[in-house]
Amino acid sequence: MLTISINYILSLTCIIFFIGLIGIVLNRKNILIIIMSIELLLLAVNLNFAAFSIYLDDMIGQIFILFVLTIAATESAIGLAVITVFYRLKNSIQLDPIRKKITKKV
Amino acid sequence: MYLLLVFLSIIGSCLAGLFGRYLGSWGSAIITTSCLFVSFLISLFVFYEVALVGCVVYIKLATWMSSEVLHIDWGFMFDSLTASMCVVVTFISFLVHLYSTEYMSHDPHLPRFMAYLSLFTFFMLILITADNFVQMFVGWEGVGLCSYLLINFWFTRIQANKAAIKAMILNRIGDFSLLIGIFLIFINYKAVDYATVAVLTPFFKAKSVNFLNIDVNLLTLIGIFLFIGAVGKSAQLGLHTWLPDAMEGPTPVSALIHAATMVTAGVFLVARSSFIYEHITHVLEYITIIGALTAFFASTTGLVQNDLKRVIAYSTCSQLGYMVFACGLSNYSVGIFHLTNHAFFKALLFLGAGSVIHAVNDEQDMRKMGGLKNLVPFTYSMMVIGSLALIGFPFLTGFYSKDLILEVAYGKYTLLGYFSYFLGTLGAFFTAFYSTRLAYLTFMSKPTGHRKVICYAYDSGPQISIALGCLAIPSMLVGYYTKDMIVGVGSHFFGTAIYVNSQNINIFDAEFISTFYKTLPVKLSLLGVISAFILYNFQSNLLFKIKVSNLGKKIYTFLNRKWFFDKIYNEYFGQFFFKFGYSVSYKFIDRGIFEILGPTGLSMIALKVGSSLHKMQTGYIYHYTLVILIGATFLFGIRQVWLLFGFFIDYRLFILIFILAFFIINSLNDKKITE
Repeated sequence: MLTISINYILSLTCIIFFIGLIGIVLNRKNILIIIMSIELLLLAVNLNFAAFSIYLDDMIGQIFILFVLTIAATESAIGLAVITVFYRLKNSIQLDPIRKKITKKV
Repeated sequence: MYLLLVFLSIIGSCLAGLFGRYLGSWGSAIITTSCLFVSFLISLFVFYEVALVGCVVYIKLATWMSSEVLHIDWGFMFDSLTASMCVVVTFISFLVHLYSTEYMSHDPHLPRFMAYLSLFTFFMLILITADNFVQMFVGWEGVGLCSYLLINFWFTRIQANKAAIKAMILNRIGDFSLLIGIFLIFINYKAVDYATVAVLTPFFKAKSVNFLNIDVNLLTLIGIFLFIGAVGKSAQLGLHTWLPDAMEGPTPVSALIHAATMVTAGVFLVARSSFIYEHITHVLEYITIIGALTAFFASTTGLVQNDLKRVIAYSTCSQLGYMVFACGLSNYSVGIFHLTNHAFFKALLFLGAGSVIHAVNDEQDMRKMGGLKNLVPFTYSMMVIGSLALIGFPFLTGFYSKDLILEVAYGKYTLLGYFSYFLGTLGAFFTAFYSTRLAYLTFMSKPTGHRKVICYAYDSGPQISIALGCLAIPSMLVGYYTKDMIVGVGSHFFGTAIYVNSQNINIFDAEFISTFYKTLPVKLSLLGVISAFILYNFQSNLLFKIKVSNLGKKIYTFLNRKWFFDKIYNEYFGQFFFKFGYSVSYKFIDRGIFEILGPTGLSMIALKVGSSLHKMQTGYIYHYTLVILIGATFLFGIRQVWLLFGFFIDYRLFILIFILAFFIINSLNDKKITE
């Protein structure tokens, strides 16, 4: 049986997680990419759960994965719905227009 | 009755000061003058009982302060020193009151003036009758305050205001050091009354105390500080500049301040503290030097002053120098003797000057008088008596004390003795010169005043004449009658009031100095009189040539500007303190540090921090996410950081960082403003 050390898997999930984070932070324009990055974060977490579930030989991790998948699907569905409504209002899905004007007065 | 002597004057002062409006000018004048007259009569009785019969009186009135070891009584001690001072003070003060009733009769504020004069006398009596240093300090401050009020009597004149403030401040410098002296006495002796201090002093001879991180002999320290107090009050060299300026007040005030009361307090203090000074001969040496220098300085300055009153003021300064160096040479009784004699003839001179000024329509410049000999003959004769007494004309009052001072100075047979003898003798020459100059310019020269003024010059009225006449008699006779009693060889007059170490007594040596040096002061004085008379009467062209010659001009300026003391004080001390007050204590500390750390700074920084935190909410989602990320990382990491570095961090550093943050934010703000 091909065995891989859990460390590699954890590093992989970490890397995926950070790619997701950087995607959120560095992305300045597109909301779709943010939702994709959030999916990436959730996937990294899922992979982590899976790895630990196998490593620790525990079922709860896999059950958790199923829940997370469900929540992730609903979340992206709602997010896409928000984006479409937003697109209908603003005719773009750029991030900048969300920003309110800050009153300079203190 | 003894208490009545002291308190009559304050009763008169309160009546005249508080109810002057109802009593009217004459009422308040009569009340205060009669109070002083009664107190003069009582003081004569006191003098008889205490000084002549020899019963020292001590009255403990009440306890003033009593806390732990500090115990101060309102005590009144009458020994021969106090009694003789009392007679002088009340006598001069009574005559000054009497004189003022006429001199100030046209002034609308006569009740106030009389009230101040009486208050002044009261504080002076408190000063001399006190039995402890603290009560003496009450009188000491009181006469300072009253001198302020009296110099500033014509308060609408800016010069009077300035002179009064100057007198007050220069006196405060002396008072400050006197206070330090009293504190030192209390800390070490645990008592402030003269009797205890006098008894304990020999035990402290070798004791040294730590003062400003320097170990100094206790008695030296006390002696120096008490003497600086005396320097301020007696206008000795260094703190003398207030005295000539104090001429801005009315003339009776000058007579009171400069003859009998205030300036004598310094000499009185030195004589009263003789039990301390006798153990510290090196401080006595400094006192001698200062006194001799003052005597010389003031007499040279008096030579070229043109203001009638200023000449007499410098003469006072000079005579005080004589008294002080007499005390410095351990001849306290001689100093006090000169003090009493000086009080009479200097009061006579001042009051005579007031009479002259009255006659010539308030003109004080001697160059604009002249020829008053025939117009005010009575004042003229009184002034001549005063001047002759001042220059030590043989067998007048000044002769007995001044020559004795110079004799005992020479009879010391030390370098300092010779130093003070020669400075004093030269001073005597100059004194004679300027006294003659004063008399000549005022009375004998051709009239130089305005025609309208000179034509209406007339002798003053009865009160002024009585006062002058009453002063002229003791000016002539007091020295002759009391010399053997007060300073005679083996006289027991002062008893225990003045302590002189037996090693320092040189009254016997003074008897045996050579005749040349004994008579030198008198010869020089007479030479001064004659030379001044000849120079001003026949050789005024020569004098003028000397004055406008190159060297003469420099010397004249130097003397006329009072050795540039005022200039130095104004430019170096006055300017420095004004600058310090504005740029350091106001701009740097008050508006600087306190503003940044105080409430204004705190509120400003809270606002600034709030606004900068508010700026962090940009509205960009990616910024928020970044902050969230950093925050989460920080929270996870902080525990690790604490485990690693917690050992090295000092909590107290946070206070420093906090204060530094104030300055940093403030400076950033300033930079932003300047940009």
